[in-house]
Amino acid sequence: MEKTVAGNTIQVNEEGYLTDFSQWTREVGDEIAKEEGIVMTPRHWEVINYLQEQHKQETALSIRRIGKSGVVDIKEFYALFPKGPLKTSTKIAGIPKPASCI
Amino acid sequence: MKTILILGAGTAGTMMANHLKDALDKNEWEIAIIEESKTHYYQPGYIFIPFDMYTTDEVCKPTTEFIPDGINFINEKIEKILPGENKVLLHDGKSIDYDILIIATGTKPSPEETEGMLGSEWRKSVFDFYTFDGCVALRDKLRNWKGGRFVVHITEMPIKCPVAPLELVFLADWHFKELGMRDKVDLTFVTPMSGAFTKPKAAHEFEHLLAEKKIRIVPDFAIERVDNENKKIIDYAGLEVPFDLLVTVPVNKGDALIERSGIGDDLNYVATEKGTLQSKVKPNIFVIGDASNLPTSKAGSVAHFEAEILTENILRFIKGEPLMDDFDGHANCFVETGEGKALLLDFNYNQEPVEGTFPIPGVGPLRLLKESRMNHLGKLAFRWIYWNMLLKGTHIPFVSAQMTEEGKKLD
Repeated sequence: MEKTVAGNTIQVNEEGYLTDFSQWTREVGDEIAKEEGIVMTPRHWEVINYLQEQHKQETALSIRRIGKSGVVDIKEFYALFPKGPLKTSTKIAGIPKPASCI
Repeated sequence: MKTILILGAGTAGTMMANHLKDALDKNEWEIAIIEESKTHYYQPGYIFIPFDMYTTDEVCKPTTEFIPDGINFINEKIEKILPGENKVLLHDGKSIDYDILIIATGTKPSPEETEGMLGSEWRKSVFDFYTFDGCVALRDKLRNWKGGRFVVHITEMPIKCPVAPLELVFLADWHFKELGMRDKVDLTFVTPMSGAFTKPKAAHEFEHLLAEKKIRIVPDFAIERVDNENKKIIDYAGLEVPFDLLVTVPVNKGDALIERSGIGDDLNYVATEKGTLQSKVKPNIFVIGDASNLPTSKAGSVAHFEAEILTENILRFIKGEPLMDDFDGHANCFVETGEGKALLLDFNYNQEPVEGTFPIPGVGPLRLLKESRMNHLGKLAFRWIYWNMLLKGTHIPFVSAQMTEEGKKLD
């Protein structure tokens, strides 16, 4: 479905995840974060950038892997993105919701 | 003489030994298999042990009983794989050179990965059930348990047999009903997933069953630690679930051998080509069963389907022909739901479990994604099939290696 965010028309799925990463901009990410009740700080963006890098390399994301990434530990990851950090952060990053493997 | 070496004589490795014995010219190839355990465990039977539905004798047989004659069985611990030298080092200092290597070393629960899991309550009020010792310890505990908060918990995905934790909570509900003490037990299912299962249609069906049986579900729970003193599990967001009896599924990791050999990912799984089962480590190394990083279930049925395709690919590799790129992630799992019923899942990399009939499209006799008594009988019959057909690599009638869409209700 279509959605207008920060003046841009983007394609999202029924859960609100972008279906085309090329439509993502920082403004779009900022707007989705607001909808999730999160005010983005430089620290948030560092994590988002890391997630997007991993997505481009087709690395499957898990909380464990992010905790071991050296970018953020799990405790801080929860502090930055409360209530399901992986689900929220990937939505803001414009990448698919990680399907925990089978 | 050339050597094909199989590491591990669990479900996958044993099946490959049986397949290859028939497929390879014994004047040209020696087949060797290395395994440290003298006992072959029927792991799908572990789920019934805690409730005294199976005895321990029914799930244990000697490993060598299923290794065909003419195969070199080596009962030793494996120290390291040296892919560059086509060599495997054994714990006793010996080494074996190979031409083709098949890794079938499986996956193991690793409770040490979670803070407090191996604490003072381990196997007192904190149990695992994916190990022989664990399910026996849980059985002994349940024989005298008076009731309270019974919590079934998954630490992190992926895990071996991902439906087993649900089966355990369903069987527990039935067990306590039979004992007339269901009203004294509070059942909770705690999972890191957003629902009862990873696939939407099956998750919906399971959530319906959980509600019907008055089992509470706590989703999105990423455990930080087990608090032994206060008997609760605590997640990174600070959420706490108290328990009187915790049955947890620890982090699953591939064998430590994979880490020692430097050929795994952060959970010790070996990177493997999805369709061919050739490793990404080196062309003459193949991977089967739970040891791979393939995005499908870690389950015996998957290994069974893989074995048929891997046997063909080993033959092609020997002849220098292109490999068959045909493995589709096919999994087939019985799920015990209690009260003498079960449901059945049949799915692959792309197709989630849906309703339908199996194995004969339109006929059954088994029903997909619906509870039935016939499915439960199927699960019980499966023990005989496992010992007598599956391990020996016998083709199971009507069940193909690749998933069929026939007999399935697709959107």
